[in-house]
Amino acid sequence: MAAHRVSPSLNRLLFAVKYASFQSGGCAVHCNAQYSTVHSPSEKTFDKILIANRGEIACRVMKTCHKMGIQTVAVHSDVDSSAVHVKMADEAVCVGPAPTSKSYLNMDAIMDAIRATGAQAVHPGYGFLSENKEFAKRLAAEGVAFIGPDTHAIMAMGDKIESKLIAKAANVNTIPGYDGVVKVWAHIQAFVLLLGYPVMIKASAGGGGKGMRIAWNAEETREGFRFSSQEAASSFGDDRLLIEKFIDNPRHIEIQVLADKHGNALWLNERECSIQRRNQKVVEEAPSTFLDPVTRRAMGEQAVQLAKAVQYSSAGTVEFLVDSKKNFYFLEMNTRLQVEHPITECITGLDLVEQMIRVAKGYQLQHKQEDIPINGWAIESRVYAEDPYKSFGLPSIGRLSKYQEPLNLSNVRVDSGIQEGSDISIYYDPMISKLVTYGATRAEALARMEDALDNYVIRGVTHNIPLLREIITHPRFISGDISTNFLPEVYPDGFKGHQLDLDTRRELLASAAALYITAQLRSQKVLGDLSPVECSRWELYVQLEDGSHSVEVTKSGNVEVDGGKVEVSGQWNLASPLLPLTINGTHRTLQCLSRDASGRILLQYLGTSFKVRVLSKLAAEFNSYMPEKVPEDTSSILRSPMPGTVVAVSVKPGDPVAEGQEICVIEAMKMQNSLTAVKQAKVKSVHCKPGETVGEGDLLVELE
Amino acid sequence: PSTLVRIPSFLFAVRAHPLLLLRDCRWYSVSHLSVKERIDKKRTAALVGGGQKRIDAQHKKGKLTARERVELLLDPESFVESDMFVEHRCSDFGMEQDRNKFPGDSVVTGRGRINGRLVYVFSQDFTVFGGSLSGAHAQKICKIMDQAMTVGAPVIGLNDSGGARIQEGVESLAGYADIFLRNVMASGVVPQISLIMGPCAGGAVYSPALTDFTFMVKDTSYLFITGPDVVKSVTNEDVTQEELGGAKTHTTVSGVAHHAFENDVEALLNVREFFNFLPLSNQDPAPMRECHDCSDRLVHSLDTIVPFETTKAYDMLDIIQTIVDESDFFEIMPSYAKNIVVGFARMNGRTVGIVGNQPKVASGCLDINSSVKGARFVRFCDAFNIPIITFVDVPGFLPGTAQEYGGIIRHGAKLLYAFAEATVPKITIITRKAYGGAYDVMSSKHLRGDVNYAWPTAEVAVMGAKGAVQIIFRGKENQAEAEAEYVEKFANPFPAAVRGFVDDIIEPSTTRKRICRDLEVLASKKQINPWKKHANIPL
Repeated sequence: MAAHRVSPSLNRLLFAVKYASFQSGGCAVHCNAQYSTVHSPSEKTFDKILIANRGEIACRVMKTCHKMGIQTVAVHSDVDSSAVHVKMADEAVCVGPAPTSKSYLNMDAIMDAIRATGAQAVHPGYGFLSENKEFAKRLAAEGVAFIGPDTHAIMAMGDKIESKLIAKAANVNTIPGYDGVVKVWAHIQAFVLLLGYPVMIKASAGGGGKGMRIAWNAEETREGFRFSSQEAASSFGDDRLLIEKFIDNPRHIEIQVLADKHGNALWLNERECSIQRRNQKVVEEAPSTFLDPVTRRAMGEQAVQLAKAVQYSSAGTVEFLVDSKKNFYFLEMNTRLQVEHPITECITGLDLVEQMIRVAKGYQLQHKQEDIPINGWAIESRVYAEDPYKSFGLPSIGRLSKYQEPLNLSNVRVDSGIQEGSDISIYYDPMISKLVTYGATRAEALARMEDALDNYVIRGVTHNIPLLREIITHPRFISGDISTNFLPEVYPDGFKGHQLDLDTRRELLASAAALYITAQLRSQKVLGDLSPVECSRWELYVQLEDGSHSVEVTKSGNVEVDGGKVEVSGQWNLASPLLPLTINGTHRTLQCLSRDASGRILLQYLGTSFKVRVLSKLAAEFNSYMPEKVPEDTSSILRSPMPGTVVAVSVKPGDPVAEGQEICVIEAMKMQNSLTAVKQAKVKSVHCKPGETVGEGDLLVELE
Repeated sequence: PSTLVRIPSFLFAVRAHPLLLLRDCRWYSVSHLSVKERIDKKRTAALVGGGQKRIDAQHKKGKLTARERVELLLDPESFVESDMFVEHRCSDFGMEQDRNKFPGDSVVTGRGRINGRLVYVFSQDFTVFGGSLSGAHAQKICKIMDQAMTVGAPVIGLNDSGGARIQEGVESLAGYADIFLRNVMASGVVPQISLIMGPCAGGAVYSPALTDFTFMVKDTSYLFITGPDVVKSVTNEDVTQEELGGAKTHTTVSGVAHHAFENDVEALLNVREFFNFLPLSNQDPAPMRECHDCSDRLVHSLDTIVPFETTKAYDMLDIIQTIVDESDFFEIMPSYAKNIVVGFARMNGRTVGIVGNQPKVASGCLDINSSVKGARFVRFCDAFNIPIITFVDVPGFLPGTAQEYGGIIRHGAKLLYAFAEATVPKITIITRKAYGGAYDVMSSKHLRGDVNYAWPTAEVAVMGAKGAVQIIFRGKENQAEAEAEYVEKFANPFPAAVRGFVDDIIEPSTTRKRICRDLEVLASKKQINPWKKHANIPL
């Protein structure tokens, strides 16, 4: 009887515990997106789908599969055996060792996995085999459905030269350029004379900015030619290049299309992806602030024309460059689900993966063009494990020692495939997650994004939240005045983090001082014999990069920074990574990244982490006697800026090098990075050789 | 300055009762004021030590003065000085002259508080005869050490001394011995901390060596028996002070010092922080501080931290830092014998000592240095009622002639001894390997471990699969098959669990929660070793 009474509450408790562990475990794709379409269980599609991908997109696809009652099969490399997508799947098959060429690109192993598990269809996600015609062919040969377009569409659109010709024929606007493969240097020179600089050199088989270079003069053209062909060869196994007129100051706006096998095609509005670095997207939004209904319709209709011209089925994306006069030019068509598809889902209410699965089974589209709404506004920030202070983002690796997604906030969607404890390795894309916020208006979506970024806890790897937060709060971004050159234009000398003004500096200093006092007071709260020192006012000195500031704190939370009053209050939990504070009446979430005994506090404030040192007045006075220790002279030492593989070493000991001369090339995450000398010197010693794996900060070359 | 305040109040009394007190007052005031003046003068002299010029020189070297150090180490206005008027008693070599007498001599002593908790302090004053140790200097130190023992409070020594006061000869040597004796008597009774903030050479080094913890300041502190000049003349070695006995040498090579800090300010602030972990004496339980970290917090990242390949390393510090309160871990000897990690942390507010094998360095094997490092730490914890939490991933003792000739048997036995004799709460978590004798050593059930857990990745066995198979199936074919069989049988926690050698196999994410709960239960643990004069650890 007693047991009977207890059990309901126990059940609730167990449920709460389970729920709590689910949340803090960070299981992937906490998608609280509201899809307007409801899956009808009577519509039978597949029993079992294999997802030939990893990370967030594999999790994203599985989520829809679970919703539709479809069994899922994950494939994984050996290092991914405890990855989230593996845990989420009903079955998992290891397809090889860590390098992608031996696992996620290993068609033989994946075909074996399909046979072994009896999967009826394959969702390729994006990247890897998603636009590989060979793979699609092999699936077709074994009667396995490919959840994507037919082989001929992949072939037609996969080649940039051919796709441009098809687009032209379908009356789609295209960029002036040479409609063919460039092979020899003389060929390029002749063509450049005709077009004029700048020109764009890109891999014919490319995508995602890989193997893509812009050249403004002959020398850059020559270098770009060399790098692009190398990168194209290593990324796509195809070193063919093409060249075209480079449109200056363009916006990157793409149209999502959805087509079925019955000749129906829809355009699901646009996504603006102009905020890019090195041709890779960083922040995307839907809709675009730039398009008027007329342009939108024109672009949508051309996209649908192209889709129909290649008998496209499934979800696809037609990318356009849009110039300042709203002229738009076809760039390429991606015959797969795009990374940034969630924002389209947010504003249209469609579940694109569900639609892809339906179409692959041969069903007709459920919607008419007039059924496609634009509901509100959605913004996506790509959260990467990379250092934004180095060329807007160089990959970093590490273990996520602490990881907490801001899912406590409403209208936030986080697509991720990692969890606390996951490793970000050099083998795969360094994306941590896609953080999507939406709201009735753009301002609402932006405000949520700000809040979400502040509440996102990532420890153990360097991440790009500082940059993301600066972008979405920049006046130019807010006003919609953006182009693909946004980052280099706004930060001509590179990204330097948030720049404090008088008020924000005071807020930061006040928060740091208050946190310090909280920790100091807590140190006195020890059980046992105590005679606590009564103190209600503290005089402190807080050092920031720009110098020392005098700060006075009173017990009531009033802080005076350099004579200016700041009121700080909040819940001071010294164990929590988040510090939700109210500073001068404004709510702000700060993060305490680290705190040490000598008063050093690393605070994340407005996205950027600031090094602060809080000292009592006495300690500050004594500290002035402490000698400055001279840091190591780094101008004669070349260290690897990121983990990766040494591709080439261009110097040997004794070689004289000029400033700016290439010393070696490091490949990381499939990008080749040329490292150059910062001064004229002689090479003293070389500590790396081609083919070697190096870590961030490893010594490569010493100069004299 | 405080005496100046008292004089006007006295004069005020005179004004209040002019007739009544005038005569008495005049009579007293003459002699009283003259004594007062002398007190004043002495105090003022004591406060400036060796004089402004020497203070400036001290600052120029990037060092604080003895008094500044005490001021920063202790809570504001908590310092109560003793023996400010003590002077040296030497009358040779012109030392008896007034200009060679400094009130307080070359050391500042007294008591104070760190975050409200009582501590006794001495701080050697380099500005007075280079901080050299006179009979009076030693007597002052002995006095506060005796008091600390009487009331049960730790002693912190701030060392900055050129050595013995040569003018005093044997009296100075006697002074050292007096201090050494007290260091030994206080050992295990109250915590003793030495912070080396300048030179400390010759016999003087043995006082820090006898204390529980020796910290150093980088670039400005040295510890050696004989300086570079003597070294050169005796062994003909060319060596700088820094190489011979600097902070780097002692924290990485010799293991004499437990931690090094950038400068005086950082060192003192860190010692304050460190002090918070310690009980005041062996009569006190481990301190308990207010804790903001949930005791039942699950640590999900631990479920994936141990790699699948048993040969692959991971960082034991990652485990420690995520389990303890607020990731606050004060590591002891972080740069020495890195194959073992030791240090202090808190679990649900209560101080604990953490010992862990470090798979990242030398596979976490036990060797001479790591055994000695671990043993000394375990014994400190046991002496001061600090529970010990041990994380085990040990492939065994390091083989080789260097180790055997160096006496790994003798030194390894120290760690074994320390764990076995410890009567404080002992909790052990086997994260992966626990092979051979090293399994026994690392706070195993057999050495009175109170709670012993294994993670699912644990392998408790006599040795690794390969070696074992080569012995069991010597000369047999299909070794690979035998190896697989061995792995299946032994490379898991079951052989130990079925015998009760581990109490439970737990999900790594629940480790913090369980340790916190166990510590609550074990708070009332009582265990007494058989009576003995003292034990005989294999030194």
